[in-house]
Amino acid sequence: MADASGYQHDVPGGAAWSLILRRGSTLRLAALGADAVASMLLYAADDRWERLNVPDTLKAQMSARIHPPMVLMSDMGRALASVTGSSSDWHDAITGHSVDADLARFGPSDYGRDRNGWRRSARSLLLDELYGHGLGERDLHATVNWFVKVRPGGDERGTLGYVPGHTAAGDWVCLRAEQDLLVVFATAPHPLDPAARWRPAGVRAVVAPGDPAPADDPSRAFRAESARALAAAERSAR
Amino acid sequence: MSAPVDPEVLFDVTVAAGDGWLGEIPAGGRLRIVDLHGNQAVDTLLYDARDTANRYSAVDTVRAQGSAYLTTGSVLRSVRLDPLATIVDDTCGRHDTLGGACAKESNVVRYGEHTRHQHACRSTFLRYAVAGGLEKRDLTHNINFFMNVPLTEAGGLTFEDGVSAPGKHVELRAERDILVLISNCPQVNNPCNGYDPTPVRLLGWAS
Ligand SMILES: [Zn+2]
Repeated sequence: MADASGYQHDVPGGAAWSLILRRGSTLRLAALGADAVASMLLYAADDRWERLNVPDTLKAQMSARIHPPMVLMSDMGRALASVTGSSSDWHDAITGHSVDADLARFGPSDYGRDRNGWRRSARSLLLDELYGHGLGERDLHATVNWFVKVRPGGDERGTLGYVPGHTAAGDWVCLRAEQDLLVVFATAPHPLDPAARWRPAGVRAVVAPGDPAPADDPSRAFRAESARALAAAERSAR
Repeated sequence: MSAPVDPEVLFDVTVAAGDGWLGEIPAGGRLRIVDLHGNQAVDTLLYDARDTANRYSAVDTVRAQGSAYLTTGSVLRSVRLDPLATIVDDTCGRHDTLGGACAKESNVVRYGEHTRHQHACRSTFLRYAVAGGLEKRDLTHNINFFMNVPLTEAGGLTFEDGVSAPGKHVELRAERDILVLISNCPQVNNPCNGYDPTPVRLLGWAS
């Protein structure tokens, strides 16, 4: 799939990365080890106050999880990206990502002690990337946590259950940008992952040029709501 | 032994259907929201009054409490995991924080082009937020008091009515000085307001 003009980049575990993904281009993420995570923020590249809205994405498509061929929607009712395929039918978007307090159980860590093995939370890693784009804490929103499964119980409180072992090396997900995007993600472990040791797996990113959703695209056929969000993105791309 | 002193009333206002409200509750103060006529979604955002970037975070709140719905005992946390408020009383039983707010744009996605010019919570949020010195960046995923959005073990999500009723209320205690931004939801395309948006009452006490 790697077109001559595409590229590949491996993001190690416990790191963050950001990229511009042009309308029609695809971003394929593959887990490089068990329990990999990519906690992702999305912004419209030409109006960064337009951003991923997880509640709008979930309620419009009547889902508590992210799976193909759902459309990831902005707060402005436009498709940001389509989930064109995945080895998994469940990616979490309702339990957020780690903050510094979640690192306490792994013991002390700093640059002097651990050099580039310094343990950082997903939040601090995401903020570092956001600052580099002139954004910050006020631009945070619910992340899609690729490769994470947290199942809501059917009980009165909706008790949340982290599903261990959900992701193995080679598991993947592919997104197609439906407008020009700023994509930001961190690969720190999910805070509900009970693993006692810090051994975050990395993620391989493959970017390839392509075309936006065709007329017979599965994301368009998925639900009328998905099709309307795609149509809104097309309208503003004209 | 002296008789207990009634707590100081800070405000007692009725928010009309489709209107909004922005106000401050001091640390230790309480806010009671009364669903006067039943089945009325009250979209609510909270901010640290001294540092509004330290705002309510639905996903951090849900993760910290280990469950999806809000009720008595739920600690409403900020992006920094600071407790902004605690639900101290709830005669409704459960409230949503994953369904977000309605907006003109999301109404078009959900219900079609004919809904584009209907009133929506996001516009109300913005109108009151901007008047208070906030702006669009400061809006985030909100609480929907009195709204029922069941999640299923299979990963489904639906909007249903049925958990609130006339006179039911929810009460928050501020854990620090907080700003409360409210949109009394005007949505008429799903059962969240029983297809008939109605007023709610806000009661504030200093302690
Ligand atoms: Zn609304």
